[in-house]
Amino acid sequence: MSTQAPTGDLMARFGVSAARRRKDRIARGAILAATIVALIPLVLIVYYLLSKGLGAWSSSFFTTDPTGNTFFKSESIGGIKSAILGTVEMVALASAISVPVGVGVAVWLVEYGKSSWFAHTVRFFVDVLTGVPSIVFGLFIYIVLIVGTGSSFAGYKGSLALSLLMLPVVIRSAEVILLLIPAGLRESALALGAPRWKVIFSIVLPTALPGMVTGMLLAVARAAGETAPLLFTAASTKATSFNLSGFMNSLPVQIYGDVTSPTTAVVNRAWGAALTLVVMILLLNLLARLISRRSRLA
Amino acid sequence: MPNLQQTVSPVTEAPPSNDSPAVVTKPGLSVRLEQLRAFYGDAEQVKGIDLEFRANEVTAIIGPSGCGKSTMIRCINRMHEEIPGARAEGRVLLDDTDVYGSGVDVVAVRRAIGMVFQKPNPFPTMSVYDNVAAGLRLSAQRGGDMHAKVEAALRGAGLWSEVEDRLNEPGAGLSGGQQQRLCIARSLAVGPEVILMDEPCSALDPVATLKIEELIDELKSRVTIVIVTHNMQQAARVADRTAFMLDGKLVEVGPTQEIFTKPSDPRTEEYVTGKFG
Repeated sequence: MSTQAPTGDLMARFGVSAARRRKDRIARGAILAATIVALIPLVLIVYYLLSKGLGAWSSSFFTTDPTGNTFFKSESIGGIKSAILGTVEMVALASAISVPVGVGVAVWLVEYGKSSWFAHTVRFFVDVLTGVPSIVFGLFIYIVLIVGTGSSFAGYKGSLALSLLMLPVVIRSAEVILLLIPAGLRESALALGAPRWKVIFSIVLPTALPGMVTGMLLAVARAAGETAPLLFTAASTKATSFNLSGFMNSLPVQIYGDVTSPTTAVVNRAWGAALTLVVMILLLNLLARLISRRSRLA
Repeated sequence: MPNLQQTVSPVTEAPPSNDSPAVVTKPGLSVRLEQLRAFYGDAEQVKGIDLEFRANEVTAIIGPSGCGKSTMIRCINRMHEEIPGARAEGRVLLDDTDVYGSGVDVVAVRRAIGMVFQKPNPFPTMSVYDNVAAGLRLSAQRGGDMHAKVEAALRGAGLWSEVEDRLNEPGAGLSGGQQQRLCIARSLAVGPEVILMDEPCSALDPVATLKIEELIDELKSRVTIVIVTHNMQQAARVADRTAFMLDGKLVEVGPTQEIFTKPSDPRTEEYVTGKFG
Protein backbone atom coordinates (compact mmCIF):
# COMPACT_ATOMS: atom_id res chain seq x y z
CA MET A 1 0.00 0.00 0.00
CA SER A 2 1.42 3.33 -1.03
CA THR A 3 1.40 6.33 1.25
CA GLN A 4 2.26 8.71 -1.59
CA ALA A 5 -0.18 11.42 -2.54
CA PRO A 6 -2.08 10.58 -5.71
CA THR A 7 -0.41 12.06 -8.74
CA GLY A 8 -1.06 12.48 -12.44
CA ASP A 9 -4.29 10.92 -13.68
CA LEU A 10 -5.46 9.96 -10.25
CA MET A 11 -5.00 13.49 -8.97
CA ALA A 12 -7.28 14.71 -11.76
CA ARG A 13 -9.97 12.36 -10.49
CA PHE A 14 -9.46 12.76 -6.77
CA GLY A 15 -8.63 16.46 -6.52
CA VAL A 16 -11.36 18.83 -5.41
CA SER A 17 -11.97 21.55 -7.99
CA ALA A 18 -11.80 25.21 -7.01
CA ALA A 19 -15.46 25.68 -8.00
CA ARG A 20 -16.55 22.93 -5.64
CA ARG A 21 -14.42 24.36 -2.88
CA ARG A 22 -16.06 27.75 -3.40
CA LYS A 23 -19.58 26.28 -3.38
CA ASP A 24 -18.77 24.38 -0.23
CA ARG A 25 -17.52 27.51 1.49
CA ILE A 26 -20.61 29.50 0.47
CA ALA A 27 -23.00 26.78 1.65
CA ARG A 28 -21.22 26.39 4.97
CA GLY A 29 -21.18 30.15 5.43
CA ALA A 30 -24.90 30.43 4.69
CA ILE A 31 -25.80 27.74 7.19
CA LEU A 32 -23.57 29.27 9.84
CA ALA A 33 -25.13 32.71 9.20
CA ALA A 34 -28.64 31.26 9.57
CA THR A 35 -27.65 29.67 12.86
CA ILE A 36 -26.24 32.95 14.15
CA VAL A 37 -29.33 34.89 13.07
CA ALA A 38 -31.52 32.39 14.91
CA LEU A 39 -29.33 32.62 17.99
CA ILE A 40 -29.46 36.44 18.21
CA PRO A 41 -33.02 36.71 19.60
CA LEU A 42 -32.45 33.71 21.87
CA VAL A 43 -29.33 35.22 23.36
CA LEU A 44 -31.00 38.63 23.66
CA ILE A 45 -33.98 37.13 25.48
CA VAL A 46 -31.74 35.38 27.96
CA TYR A 47 -29.61 38.54 28.32
CA TYR A 48 -32.58 40.84 28.99
CA LEU A 49 -34.21 38.33 31.31
CA LEU A 50 -31.05 38.03 33.37
CA SER A 51 -30.04 41.67 33.36
CA LYS A 52 -33.50 43.05 34.11
CA GLY A 53 -34.96 40.11 36.01
CA LEU A 54 -32.09 39.48 38.42
CA GLY A 55 -32.26 43.12 39.49
CA ALA A 56 -35.85 42.64 40.60
CA TRP A 57 -35.04 39.47 42.57
CA SER A 58 -34.66 39.77 46.29
CA SER A 59 -35.73 37.61 49.19
CA SER A 60 -38.90 39.66 49.71
CA PHE A 61 -39.65 39.36 45.98
CA PHE A 62 -40.53 35.69 46.48
CA THR A 63 -42.09 35.99 49.92
CA THR A 64 -44.51 38.89 49.58
CA ASP A 65 -47.68 39.36 47.59
CA PRO A 66 -47.99 42.23 45.13
CA THR A 67 -49.62 45.33 46.61
CA GLY A 68 -51.67 47.96 44.87
CA ASN A 69 -49.30 50.78 45.93
CA THR A 70 -47.68 51.12 42.56
CA PHE A 71 -47.48 54.91 42.50
CA PHE A 72 -45.51 55.31 45.69
CA LYS A 73 -42.11 54.03 46.68
CA SER A 74 -40.79 51.17 44.64
CA GLU A 75 -40.18 49.11 47.80
CA SER A 76 -43.89 49.07 48.53
CA ILE A 77 -45.06 47.33 45.34
CA GLY A 78 -44.52 43.85 46.79
CA GLY A 79 -43.35 40.61 45.23
CA ILE A 80 -44.83 37.72 43.28
CA LYS A 81 -45.55 35.09 45.94
CA SER A 82 -49.25 34.81 45.08
CA ALA A 83 -48.40 34.48 41.38
CA ILE A 84 -45.88 31.66 41.92
CA LEU A 85 -48.22 29.75 44.23
CA GLY A 86 -51.21 30.38 41.99
CA THR A 87 -49.37 29.00 38.95
CA VAL A 88 -48.20 25.96 40.92
CA GLU A 89 -51.69 25.28 42.28
CA MET A 90 -53.54 25.71 39.01
CA VAL A 91 -51.02 23.75 36.96
CA ALA A 92 -51.03 20.97 39.57
CA LEU A 93 -54.81 20.68 39.36
CA ALA A 94 -54.69 20.88 35.56
CA SER A 95 -52.12 18.03 35.51
CA ALA A 96 -54.17 15.99 37.96
CA ILE A 97 -57.02 16.19 35.44
CA SER A 98 -55.22 15.88 32.11
CA VAL A 99 -52.58 13.25 32.94
CA PRO A 100 -54.91 10.40 34.00
CA VAL A 101 -57.42 11.22 31.26
CA GLY A 102 -54.72 11.66 28.63
CA VAL A 103 -52.87 8.46 29.55
CA GLY A 104 -56.21 6.65 29.57
CA VAL A 105 -56.98 7.86 26.05
CA ALA A 106 -53.49 6.89 24.87
CA VAL A 107 -53.79 3.40 26.39
CA TRP A 108 -57.16 2.95 24.74
CA LEU A 109 -55.81 4.12 21.36
CA VAL A 110 -52.78 1.82 21.45
CA GLU A 111 -54.12 -1.25 23.23
CA TYR A 112 -57.76 -1.37 22.19
CA GLY A 113 -58.74 1.17 19.51
CA LYS A 114 -55.72 0.44 17.27
CA SER A 115 -56.88 1.16 13.73
CA SER A 116 -60.64 1.16 14.20
CA TRP A 117 -62.55 4.07 12.66
CA PHE A 118 -63.34 5.46 16.10
CA ALA A 119 -59.65 5.45 17.06
CA HIS A 120 -58.83 7.30 13.85
CA THR A 121 -61.54 9.85 14.64
CA VAL A 122 -60.15 10.33 18.15
CA ARG A 123 -56.61 10.80 16.77
CA PHE A 124 -57.90 13.33 14.24
CA PHE A 125 -59.59 15.44 16.91
CA VAL A 126 -56.58 15.20 19.20
CA ASP A 127 -54.46 16.56 16.34
CA VAL A 128 -56.98 19.35 15.78
CA LEU A 129 -56.89 20.19 19.51
CA THR A 130 -53.07 20.39 19.40
CA GLY A 131 -53.33 23.22 16.91
CA VAL A 132 -56.04 25.19 18.69
CA PRO A 133 -54.72 28.56 19.96
CA SER A 134 -54.61 28.69 23.75
CA ILE A 135 -57.00 31.63 23.99
CA VAL A 136 -59.73 29.48 22.47
CA PHE A 137 -59.56 27.11 25.46
CA GLY A 138 -59.91 30.08 27.79
CA LEU A 139 -62.80 31.39 25.72
CA PHE A 140 -64.51 28.00 25.81
CA ILE A 141 -64.32 27.76 29.60
CA TYR A 142 -65.39 31.41 29.87
CA ILE A 143 -68.49 30.81 27.75
CA VAL A 144 -69.43 27.52 29.39
CA LEU A 145 -68.49 27.95 33.04
CA ILE A 146 -68.61 31.70 33.59
CA VAL A 147 -71.15 33.17 31.19
CA GLY A 148 -73.04 29.87 31.01
CA THR A 149 -73.43 29.49 34.75
CA GLY A 150 -73.53 33.17 35.54
CA SER A 151 -70.78 32.67 38.10
CA SER A 152 -67.47 34.38 38.57
CA PHE A 153 -63.81 33.69 37.80
CA ALA A 154 -62.18 30.86 39.74
CA GLY A 155 -58.82 29.11 39.96
CA TYR A 156 -60.31 25.74 39.08
CA LYS A 157 -61.82 27.18 35.91
CA GLY A 158 -58.33 28.32 34.93
CA SER A 159 -57.11 24.80 35.69
CA LEU A 160 -59.79 23.33 33.44
CA ALA A 161 -58.75 25.61 30.59
CA LEU A 162 -55.11 24.60 31.11
CA SER A 163 -56.00 20.91 31.30
CA LEU A 164 -57.80 21.15 27.94
CA LEU A 165 -54.66 22.74 26.54
CA MET A 166 -52.47 19.97 28.01
CA LEU A 167 -54.69 17.07 27.05
CA PRO A 168 -53.69 16.68 23.37
CA VAL A 169 -50.00 17.04 24.27
CA VAL A 170 -50.33 14.36 26.97
CA ILE A 171 -52.28 12.00 24.70
CA ARG A 172 -49.90 12.31 21.77
CA SER A 173 -46.71 11.97 23.79
CA ALA A 174 -48.06 9.00 25.78
CA GLU A 175 -49.29 7.32 22.58
CA VAL A 176 -45.89 7.67 20.92
CA ILE A 177 -44.17 6.09 23.94
CA LEU A 178 -46.72 3.26 24.18
CA LEU A 179 -46.21 2.48 20.49
CA LEU A 180 -42.48 2.14 21.14
CA ILE A 181 -43.07 -0.78 23.49
CA PRO A 182 -42.18 -3.94 21.60
CA ALA A 183 -45.15 -6.13 20.70
CA GLY A 184 -43.15 -9.12 21.95
CA LEU A 185 -43.34 -7.77 25.47
CA ARG A 186 -47.13 -7.69 25.45
CA GLU A 187 -47.26 -11.08 23.76
CA SER A 188 -44.99 -12.76 26.28
CA ALA A 189 -47.09 -11.40 29.15
CA LEU A 190 -50.33 -12.48 27.46
CA ALA A 191 -48.84 -15.91 26.78
CA LEU A 192 -48.23 -16.32 30.52
CA GLY A 193 -51.96 -16.22 31.01
CA ALA A 194 -52.21 -12.63 32.14
CA PRO A 195 -55.48 -10.78 31.60
CA ARG A 196 -55.08 -7.78 29.30
CA TRP A 197 -55.64 -5.18 32.02
CA LYS A 198 -52.86 -6.74 34.07
CA VAL A 199 -50.52 -6.72 31.10
CA ILE A 200 -51.22 -3.00 30.71
CA PHE A 201 -50.79 -2.14 34.39
CA SER A 202 -47.89 -4.47 35.27
CA ILE A 203 -45.87 -4.55 32.08
CA VAL A 204 -46.80 -1.87 29.54
CA LEU A 205 -47.23 1.17 31.79
CA PRO A 206 -44.17 0.56 34.02
CA THR A 207 -42.02 0.08 30.92
CA ALA A 208 -43.41 3.25 29.36
CA LEU A 209 -43.26 5.32 32.56
CA PRO A 210 -39.92 7.14 32.17
CA GLY A 211 -40.74 8.16 28.61
CA MET A 212 -44.24 9.22 29.52
CA VAL A 213 -43.03 11.37 32.43
CA THR A 214 -40.97 13.37 29.94
CA GLY A 215 -44.03 14.10 27.83
CA MET A 216 -46.10 14.96 30.89
CA LEU A 217 -43.49 17.43 32.18
CA LEU A 218 -43.27 19.13 28.80
CA ALA A 219 -47.06 19.52 28.82
CA VAL A 220 -46.82 20.96 32.35
CA ALA A 221 -44.12 23.37 31.23
CA ARG A 222 -46.25 24.53 28.37
CA ALA A 223 -49.32 25.06 30.56
CA ALA A 224 -47.30 26.95 33.19
CA GLY A 225 -46.35 29.60 30.63
CA GLU A 226 -49.84 30.24 29.22
CA THR A 227 -51.52 33.58 29.84
CA ALA A 228 -54.49 33.52 27.52
CA PRO A 229 -56.46 30.61 29.04
CA LEU A 230 -56.20 32.21 32.50
CA LEU A 231 -57.02 35.84 31.70
CA PHE A 232 -60.77 35.44 31.78
CA THR A 233 -61.10 32.18 33.70
CA ALA A 234 -59.01 32.62 36.84
CA ALA A 235 -58.63 36.39 36.45
CA SER A 236 -56.04 37.71 38.80
CA THR A 237 -55.81 38.86 42.34
CA LYS A 238 -53.13 40.21 44.60
CA ALA A 239 -53.39 38.00 47.66
CA THR A 240 -52.05 34.47 47.95
CA SER A 241 -54.96 32.07 47.77
CA PHE A 242 -55.25 28.36 48.41
CA ASN A 243 -58.91 28.36 47.49
CA LEU A 244 -59.21 27.13 43.91
CA SER A 245 -62.82 28.25 43.69
CA GLY A 246 -61.82 31.89 44.19
CA PHE A 247 -59.85 34.34 42.05
CA MET A 248 -56.28 33.27 41.58
CA ASN A 249 -53.09 34.99 40.57
CA SER A 250 -50.57 33.39 38.22
CA LEU A 251 -47.15 34.26 36.84
CA PRO A 252 -48.15 34.84 33.21
CA VAL A 253 -51.13 36.99 34.14
CA GLN A 254 -49.05 38.94 36.66
CA ILE A 255 -46.44 39.60 33.97
CA TYR A 256 -49.17 40.63 31.54
CA GLY A 257 -50.54 43.12 34.03
CA ASP A 258 -47.19 44.46 35.15
CA VAL A 259 -45.60 45.22 31.78
CA THR A 260 -48.33 47.72 30.95
CA SER A 261 -47.73 49.68 34.15
CA PRO A 262 -46.30 53.21 33.87
CA THR A 263 -44.18 52.61 36.98
CA THR A 264 -40.66 51.39 36.24
CA ALA A 265 -40.48 49.30 39.41
CA VAL A 266 -43.62 47.40 38.39
CA VAL A 267 -42.26 46.76 34.91
CA ASN A 268 -39.10 45.47 36.55
CA ARG A 269 -41.24 43.18 38.67
CA ALA A 270 -42.61 41.75 35.40
CA TRP A 271 -39.03 40.99 34.33
CA GLY A 272 -38.34 39.34 37.66
CA ALA A 273 -41.51 37.27 37.35
CA ALA A 274 -40.61 36.33 33.77
CA LEU A 275 -37.18 35.14 34.87
CA THR A 276 -38.82 33.16 37.68
CA LEU A 277 -41.17 31.48 35.21
CA VAL A 278 -38.34 30.65 32.82
CA VAL A 279 -36.24 29.18 35.63
CA MET A 280 -39.18 27.09 36.86
CA ILE A 281 -39.78 25.70 33.36
CA LEU A 282 -36.06 25.15 32.85
CA LEU A 283 -35.95 23.09 36.04
CA LEU A 284 -38.92 21.04 34.83
CA ASN A 285 -37.20 20.42 31.50
CA LEU A 286 -34.01 19.37 33.25
CA LEU A 287 -36.04 16.98 35.36
CA ALA A 288 -37.67 15.59 32.23
CA ARG A 289 -34.25 15.00 30.66
CA LEU A 290 -32.95 13.34 33.76
CA ILE A 291 -35.88 10.97 33.83
CA SER A 292 -35.79 10.20 30.12
CA ARG A 293 -32.09 9.36 30.41
CA ARG A 294 -33.15 6.53 32.68
CA SER A 295 -35.65 5.36 30.07
CA ARG A 296 -35.04 1.86 28.82
CA LEU A 297 -36.73 2.52 25.52
CA ALA A 298 -35.19 5.64 24.07
CA MET B 1 -59.60 -33.45 31.50
CA PRO B 2 -58.13 -30.05 32.31
CA ASN B 3 -60.48 -27.56 33.81
CA LEU B 4 -59.91 -24.46 31.71
CA GLN B 5 -62.58 -22.49 33.47
CA GLN B 6 -60.52 -22.26 36.60
CA THR B 7 -57.00 -21.32 37.57
CA VAL B 8 -54.45 -24.03 37.04
CA SER B 9 -52.66 -24.98 40.23
CA PRO B 10 -49.05 -23.78 40.50
CA VAL B 11 -45.97 -25.92 40.47
CA THR B 12 -45.94 -27.44 43.93
CA GLU B 13 -42.86 -29.61 44.19
CA ALA B 14 -40.14 -28.78 46.71
CA PRO B 15 -36.91 -27.45 45.21
CA PRO B 16 -34.36 -30.22 44.80
CA SER B 17 -30.76 -29.73 45.85
CA ASN B 18 -29.25 -29.26 42.40
CA ASP B 19 -30.23 -27.99 38.98
CA SER B 20 -31.88 -31.21 37.91
CA PRO B 21 -35.57 -30.92 37.13
CA ALA B 22 -37.99 -31.33 39.95
CA VAL B 23 -39.86 -34.53 40.69
CA VAL B 24 -42.66 -35.20 38.22
CA THR B 25 -45.89 -34.32 39.91
CA LYS B 26 -47.76 -32.97 36.94
CA PRO B 27 -47.30 -34.79 33.67
CA GLY B 28 -47.97 -33.01 30.40
CA LEU B 29 -51.13 -33.26 28.38
CA SER B 30 -51.60 -34.23 24.78
CA VAL B 31 -52.69 -31.69 22.17
CA ARG B 32 -54.67 -32.70 19.11
CA LEU B 33 -55.36 -30.44 16.16
CA GLU B 34 -58.45 -31.24 14.11
CA GLN B 35 -58.89 -29.51 10.76
CA LEU B 36 -57.09 -26.43 12.07
CA ARG B 37 -57.21 -23.45 9.74
CA ALA B 38 -55.72 -20.05 10.44
CA PHE B 39 -56.29 -16.79 8.59
CA TYR B 40 -54.80 -13.33 8.44
CA GLY B 41 -57.73 -11.36 7.11
CA ASP B 42 -58.67 -13.32 3.97
CA ALA B 43 -55.31 -15.03 3.54
CA GLU B 44 -55.34 -18.64 4.69
CA GLN B 45 -51.99 -19.44 6.25
CA VAL B 46 -52.75 -22.80 7.87
CA LYS B 47 -54.91 -24.91 5.58
CA GLY B 48 -56.54 -27.67 7.58
CA ILE B 49 -54.12 -29.58 9.77
CA ASP B 50 -54.80 -32.77 11.72
CA LEU B 51 -51.94 -33.51 14.07
CA GLU B 52 -51.40 -34.92 17.53
CA PHE B 53 -48.71 -33.87 19.97
CA ARG B 54 -48.33 -36.75 22.43
CA ALA B 55 -48.12 -36.07 26.14
CA ASN B 56 -44.58 -35.75 27.53
CA GLU B 57 -42.98 -35.98 24.13
CA VAL B 58 -41.05 -33.39 22.17
CA THR B 59 -42.53 -32.78 18.74
CA ALA B 60 -40.52 -30.69 16.31
CA ILE B 61 -42.19 -28.77 13.50
CA ILE B 62 -39.96 -28.25 10.48
CA GLY B 63 -40.63 -26.67 7.13
CA PRO B 64 -39.50 -23.76 4.94
CA SER B 65 -40.06 -20.14 6.01
CA GLY B 66 -43.63 -18.99 5.58
CA CYS B 67 -45.12 -22.49 5.62
CA GLY B 68 -47.30 -21.65 8.63
CA LYS B 69 -45.35 -23.36 11.44
CA SER B 70 -45.39 -20.39 13.80
CA THR B 71 -48.97 -19.50 12.96
CA MET B 72 -49.99 -23.07 13.68
CA ILE B 73 -48.44 -23.22 17.14
CA ARG B 74 -49.74 -19.76 17.97
CA CYS B 75 -53.22 -21.18 17.42
CA ILE B 76 -52.61 -23.77 20.14
CA ASN B 77 -52.51 -21.21 22.98
CA ARG B 78 -54.79 -18.81 21.13
CA MET B 79 -52.09 -16.17 20.66
CA HIS B 80 -52.89 -16.07 16.94
CA GLU B 81 -56.08 -14.14 17.59
CA GLU B 82 -54.11 -11.31 19.26
CA ILE B 83 -53.08 -10.11 15.80
CA PRO B 84 -55.68 -7.72 14.39
CA GLY B 85 -57.70 -9.43 11.69
CA ALA B 86 -56.39 -12.90 12.51
CA ARG B 87 -58.71 -15.84 13.25
CA ALA B 88 -58.65 -19.60 13.49
CA GLU B 89 -61.09 -22.39 12.62
CA GLY B 90 -61.22 -26.03 13.61
CA ARG B 91 -60.49 -27.64 16.93
CA VAL B 92 -57.48 -27.69 19.24
CA LEU B 93 -58.03 -30.38 21.86
CA LEU B 94 -55.99 -30.14 25.04
CA ASP B 95 -56.49 -33.67 26.34
CA ASP B 96 -60.22 -33.72 25.47
CA THR B 97 -61.15 -30.08 25.83
CA ASP B 98 -61.41 -27.81 22.81
CA VAL B 99 -59.53 -24.61 23.68
CA TYR B 100 -61.74 -22.83 21.14
CA GLY B 101 -64.89 -24.22 22.76
CA SER B 102 -67.57 -21.87 24.02
CA GLY B 103 -67.14 -20.81 27.63
CA VAL B 104 -63.40 -21.45 27.55
CA ASP B 105 -61.38 -18.67 29.18
CA VAL B 106 -58.50 -17.74 26.90
CA VAL B 107 -56.48 -16.66 29.94
CA ALA B 108 -56.80 -20.13 31.52
CA VAL B 109 -55.78 -21.73 28.21
CA ARG B 110 -52.57 -19.73 28.19
CA ARG B 111 -51.80 -20.74 31.76
CA ALA B 112 -52.06 -24.38 30.75
CA ILE B 113 -50.10 -23.88 27.52
CA GLY B 114 -46.96 -21.78 27.96
CA MET B 115 -44.95 -20.22 25.18
CA VAL B 116 -41.31 -19.33 24.58
CA PHE B 117 -40.62 -16.89 21.79
CA GLN B 118 -37.92 -16.58 19.17
CA LYS B 119 -36.32 -13.54 20.76
CA PRO B 120 -35.62 -13.70 24.49
CA ASN B 121 -37.95 -11.10 25.98
CA PRO B 122 -37.52 -10.70 29.74
CA PHE B 123 -39.59 -7.83 31.15
CA PRO B 124 -37.15 -4.90 30.94
CA THR B 125 -38.26 -3.13 34.11
CA MET B 126 -37.86 -6.22 36.29
CA SER B 127 -35.10 -8.07 38.10
CA VAL B 128 -34.31 -11.74 37.47
CA TYR B 129 -36.42 -12.67 40.48
CA ASP B 130 -39.34 -10.44 39.51
CA ASN B 131 -39.34 -11.76 35.96
CA VAL B 132 -40.08 -15.24 37.25
CA ALA B 133 -42.40 -13.96 39.97
CA ALA B 134 -44.25 -11.98 37.29
CA GLY B 135 -45.28 -15.29 35.76
CA LEU B 136 -47.03 -16.07 39.02
CA ARG B 137 -48.32 -12.60 39.80
CA LEU B 138 -49.67 -11.97 36.32
CA SER B 139 -51.55 -15.25 36.39
CA ALA B 140 -53.01 -14.53 39.83
CA GLN B 141 -51.02 -17.13 41.75
CA ARG B 142 -49.89 -15.00 44.64
CA GLY B 143 -50.44 -17.54 47.39
CA GLY B 144 -47.82 -19.77 48.95
CA ASP B 145 -44.10 -19.31 49.24
CA MET B 146 -43.26 -17.08 46.30
CA HIS B 147 -39.52 -17.45 46.80
CA ALA B 148 -39.69 -21.23 46.77
CA LYS B 149 -41.75 -21.18 43.59
CA VAL B 150 -39.33 -18.80 41.89
CA GLU B 151 -36.40 -20.97 42.92
CA ALA B 152 -38.15 -24.12 41.69
CA ALA B 153 -38.85 -22.50 38.32
CA LEU B 154 -35.27 -21.24 37.97
CA ARG B 155 -33.92 -24.69 38.86
CA GLY B 156 -36.34 -26.21 36.40
CA ALA B 157 -34.88 -23.98 33.70
CA GLY B 158 -31.33 -24.89 34.74
CA LEU B 159 -30.57 -21.29 35.59
CA TRP B 160 -30.55 -21.28 39.38
CA SER B 161 -26.83 -21.84 39.95
CA GLU B 162 -25.99 -19.04 37.49
CA VAL B 163 -28.30 -16.39 38.91
CA GLU B 164 -28.56 -17.44 42.55
CA ASP B 165 -26.53 -14.45 43.76
CA ARG B 166 -27.85 -11.89 41.26
CA LEU B 167 -31.58 -12.36 41.65
CA ASN B 168 -32.07 -8.62 42.10
CA GLU B 169 -30.15 -7.57 39.02
CA PRO B 170 -32.11 -6.63 35.89
CA GLY B 171 -33.23 -9.63 33.86
CA ALA B 172 -32.19 -7.83 30.70
CA GLY B 173 -28.58 -7.84 31.96
CA LEU B 174 -28.19 -11.60 31.51
CA SER B 175 -26.63 -13.13 28.40
CA GLY B 176 -28.94 -14.05 25.52
CA GLY B 177 -28.97 -17.74 26.42
CA GLN B 178 -29.59 -16.98 30.07
CA GLN B 179 -32.38 -14.60 29.11
CA GLN B 180 -34.05 -17.32 27.08
CA ARG B 181 -33.80 -19.76 30.01
CA LEU B 182 -35.18 -16.99 32.23
CA CYS B 183 -38.17 -16.82 29.88
CA ILE B 184 -38.53 -20.59 30.12
CA ALA B 185 -38.41 -20.32 33.93
CA ARG B 186 -41.06 -17.61 33.76
CA SER B 187 -43.30 -19.94 31.75
CA LEU B 188 -42.60 -22.90 34.04
CA ALA B 189 -43.54 -20.89 37.14
CA VAL B 190 -47.11 -20.68 35.89
CA GLY B 191 -47.23 -24.48 35.87
CA PRO B 192 -48.22 -25.28 32.30
CA GLU B 193 -48.85 -28.78 30.96
CA VAL B 194 -47.64 -27.87 27.48
CA ILE B 195 -44.86 -25.52 26.37
CA LEU B 196 -44.73 -24.16 22.84
CA MET B 197 -41.35 -22.99 21.60
CA ASP B 198 -41.16 -20.83 18.51
CA GLU B 199 -37.58 -21.13 17.25
CA PRO B 200 -36.23 -20.65 20.79
CA CYS B 201 -32.58 -20.91 19.77
CA SER B 202 -32.49 -18.90 16.56
CA ALA B 203 -31.04 -15.87 18.38
CA LEU B 204 -28.52 -17.88 20.42
CA ASP B 205 -24.96 -19.08 19.96
CA PRO B 206 -24.19 -22.84 19.75
CA VAL B 207 -23.23 -23.19 23.42
CA ALA B 208 -26.41 -21.51 24.64
CA THR B 209 -28.36 -23.54 22.09
CA LEU B 210 -26.94 -26.75 23.51
CA LYS B 211 -28.03 -25.76 27.01
CA ILE B 212 -31.57 -25.11 25.85
CA GLU B 213 -31.63 -28.44 24.04
CA GLU B 214 -30.48 -30.27 27.18
CA LEU B 215 -33.15 -28.40 29.09
CA ILE B 216 -35.83 -29.45 26.61
CA ASP B 217 -34.78 -33.06 27.14
CA GLU B 218 -35.16 -32.68 30.90
CA LEU B 219 -38.41 -30.77 30.75
CA LYS B 220 -40.33 -33.33 28.76
CA SER B 221 -40.81 -35.44 31.86
CA ARG B 222 -43.15 -32.74 33.17
CA VAL B 223 -44.54 -31.01 30.09
CA THR B 224 -45.44 -31.73 26.51
CA ILE B 225 -43.18 -29.72 24.20
CA VAL B 226 -43.84 -28.47 20.70
CA ILE B 227 -40.84 -26.80 19.10
CA VAL B 228 -40.69 -24.96 15.80
CA THR B 229 -37.21 -25.00 14.37
CA HIS B 230 -35.34 -24.13 11.22
CA ASN B 231 -32.40 -26.17 12.34
CA MET B 232 -32.78 -29.76 11.23
CA GLN B 233 -29.92 -30.98 13.39
CA GLN B 234 -31.77 -29.52 16.33
CA ALA B 235 -34.97 -31.36 15.43
CA ALA B 236 -32.95 -34.55 15.11
CA ARG B 237 -31.30 -33.97 18.51
CA VAL B 238 -34.29 -33.03 20.65
CA ALA B 239 -37.48 -34.33 19.08
CA ASP B 240 -39.18 -37.67 19.66
CA ARG B 241 -41.42 -37.00 16.70
CA THR B 242 -41.10 -34.57 13.83
CA ALA B 243 -43.77 -33.03 11.65
CA PHE B 244 -42.96 -31.56 8.23
CA MET B 245 -45.12 -28.72 6.97
CA LEU B 246 -45.30 -27.19 3.53
CA ASP B 247 -47.49 -24.35 2.32
CA GLY B 248 -49.85 -24.43 5.31
CA LYS B 249 -50.38 -28.18 5.16
CA LEU B 250 -48.95 -31.11 7.07
CA VAL B 251 -46.91 -33.29 4.74
CA GLU B 252 -46.07 -36.01 7.21
CA VAL B 253 -45.39 -36.72 10.84
CA GLY B 254 -43.58 -39.60 12.46
CA PRO B 255 -40.75 -40.63 14.73
CA THR B 256 -37.86 -38.23 14.15
CA GLN B 257 -35.51 -41.03 13.11
CA GLU B 258 -37.93 -42.10 10.39
CA ILE B 259 -38.57 -38.58 9.07
CA PHE B 260 -34.86 -38.01 8.64
CA THR B 261 -33.83 -41.45 7.34
CA LYS B 262 -36.75 -42.92 5.43
CA PRO B 263 -39.54 -40.36 4.97
CA SER B 264 -42.57 -41.64 3.11
CA ASP B 265 -43.14 -38.43 1.14
CA PRO B 266 -40.57 -37.36 -1.48
CA ARG B 267 -41.04 -33.69 -0.55
CA THR B 268 -39.95 -34.43 3.01
CA GLU B 269 -36.87 -36.19 1.73
CA GLU B 270 -36.00 -33.25 -0.52
CA TYR B 271 -36.38 -30.85 2.40
CA VAL B 272 -34.44 -32.81 5.00
CA THR B 273 -31.62 -33.50 2.54
CA GLY B 274 -31.40 -29.81 1.75
CA LYS B 275 -32.67 -29.88 -1.85
CA PHE B 276 -34.96 -26.90 -1.14
CA GLY B 277 -36.11 -24.67 1.71
